[in-house]
Amino acid sequence: MSFETAGYQLTPVLPELVLAVGSMALLMLGAYRGQGTTKAVTTLAVVLLIATGVIELLLPAGKLTTFGGSFIVDDFARFLKILALIGSVVTLILSAEFLSDPSRRIFEYSILVLLSTLGMMVLISAGDLISLYLGLELMSLALYVVASSHRDNAKSTEAGLKYFVLGALSSGMLLYGASLIYGFTGTVSFAGIAAAANEPSIGLVFGLVFLLAGLCFKISVVPFHMWTPDVYEGAPTPVTAFFASAPKVAALAVLTRATLTAFPGILSQWQQILVFVAIASMALGAFAAIGQQNIKRLMAYSSIGHMGFALVGLAAGTPEGAQGVLVYIVIYVTMTLGSFAVILAMKRGGQNFENIGDFAGLSRTNPTLAFFFAMLLFSLAGVPPLAGFFAKWYVFAAAIKANLFTLAVIGVLSSVVGAYYYLAIIKVMYFDEPLTKLDPVRVELGAVVTIAGLFNILFFAYPGPLVSMASAAAKSLF
Amino acid sequence: MILPALFFYLFAGVCVASAVMVIASRNPVHSVLYLILAFVNASGLFVLMGAEFLAMILIVVYVGAVAVLFLFVIMMLDVDFVELREGFIEYLPVGVVVGGIFLFELMMTVGAWVIKPGVTKAITAAIPANVSNTEALGLVLYTKYIHYFQLAGLVLLVAMIGAIVLTLRHKANVKRQSIPVQNARTPELAMSVRKVTSGQGLQDADAAEWVQ
Repeated sequence: MSFETAGYQLTPVLPELVLAVGSMALLMLGAYRGQGTTKAVTTLAVVLLIATGVIELLLPAGKLTTFGGSFIVDDFARFLKILALIGSVVTLILSAEFLSDPSRRIFEYSILVLLSTLGMMVLISAGDLISLYLGLELMSLALYVVASSHRDNAKSTEAGLKYFVLGALSSGMLLYGASLIYGFTGTVSFAGIAAAANEPSIGLVFGLVFLLAGLCFKISVVPFHMWTPDVYEGAPTPVTAFFASAPKVAALAVLTRATLTAFPGILSQWQQILVFVAIASMALGAFAAIGQQNIKRLMAYSSIGHMGFALVGLAAGTPEGAQGVLVYIVIYVTMTLGSFAVILAMKRGGQNFENIGDFAGLSRTNPTLAFFFAMLLFSLAGVPPLAGFFAKWYVFAAAIKANLFTLAVIGVLSSVVGAYYYLAIIKVMYFDEPLTKLDPVRVELGAVVTIAGLFNILFFAYPGPLVSMASAAAKSLF
Repeated sequence: MILPALFFYLFAGVCVASAVMVIASRNPVHSVLYLILAFVNASGLFVLMGAEFLAMILIVVYVGAVAVLFLFVIMMLDVDFVELREGFIEYLPVGVVVGGIFLFELMMTVGAWVIKPGVTKAITAAIPANVSNTEALGLVLYTKYIHYFQLAGLVLLVAMIGAIVLTLRHKANVKRQSIPVQNARTPELAMSVRKVTSGQGLQDADAAEWVQ
């Protein structure tokens, strides 16, 4: 039996097929058996995501393409898909408590996370503008819904609506850019665009700007960041953890693939855009976070800054730069998920606390949690020898090799400024008068914090596998 | 040769006139009805161009779904359109100035615009003979573009799930129709004969039974 449809090989899309069919089966299970199945559906969703990851790893090696080149599986795609799947699995694990509340027992939450992950996988593998757009919409549409999944809460509803309206605007810009690019190159496939776009024409650059604007919105970099703090604050915390991890991976992946494989001929054009965006994001991330009192808003500005740092590597436009982006995004995802697990663990008397003042004296009431959170914050600040330092090291090294000295210097300076507010939280935890003890930390939260913390502490001892995998993944783009 | 031109001017004229009426008519329901007329004439123009698939889609989607939805919304919302029109005269001069500048700029730009000869040949694939455009779409939609088609289907699935998640509420104490229960009702269950004492009528205790 040949595994194909309409003459296209289906082997490369096997993980996506399993995920799509599996999530529809779970949808049926939930729809027919009612909201009582929420826990079972969530557990099965985690199993399904892991199965998808395993199938992805078992695919034949090398570069596989199908659907006329609109779907590409190479080392780059495999690397980032596994990362996105890990992000989604951890999100579902972190959501267990949120979903156990009787008023919020919605089994559709897990289904939407699954379908959003499917969108991310399509996005990471996108080989042309149409699959890019469809993957992006599939991912975002599910995100809009989960953002307002706590629908009796005004802030959650506001977050969902704001994200939806601005997301629709960014999709419009992206589509406009894509149509201009199609008009001026005569093709939608990245390879075809690369062949046609040897020299910058005004129309093509115009289209490129709009395409980048649409994608920059999804990774929330300046000047398309306005939605981030409000949405992060308003959405339920597990959902915020999701926003900050897996979708960023997918959007950054497609930004990397689109710029490096579709527009290598006009590198100088998009390089200056990315340099500006990276500088603006790093600076805003560093300065705007200083005054924040709410830890989720602070994490939002932190994520804006970190995306700026990741773009430093992409702006270099070299294999080293792409490798830097990949290492950065892996470390960023672990730091973010670990930090959000700590934020979720901040419960006193069954009530979640989100202000920085609520962390006061955590080192005396919950020393282990405080230690790991301090390590994660040091890592976010980029203090050696933690993982966050190496993440910045790889992107700045690539930028310097590409002669982007100004960018690297501004990046280092803004990371120094940014260290202030991470250190301020550590000061509150270790030197302020302790508040009452937290509720017992749930096992899954403790596990996520511990794994993320240990990864960040011990990364320097054995960075080889991750760096070499990232290097192989980056090379598959060139 | 004269007949297509005649129809073109008929459809185009009605289309433009009804588009003007959409914004000019005072009653919003009339506006939507004129909008439907504009859509129908636009689809007539598509037919003249040989794009019969687009023409039918325009009727089915825009007239059949979107415009009817518009009508529903307008009839359900109690929007005070008179209030919305207030200040029209007041803002007219500014609007005319801005609009005039914009029109002037557009004319300057478009007036200098020269479309490269033969550009339509360069950017479009040759149209095969003996294949209607509905058939041409059908030939590629489920084969060459199966990937996009399925993805679009998944996007719609997410939209459907989202609409249900965000709006469906299972309220307690809501009376629902249950057809088996209705069918199982017999005259004995549904009716009872009472002796009503003259001058007193039905007591409250009797009336309560009827409510259930």
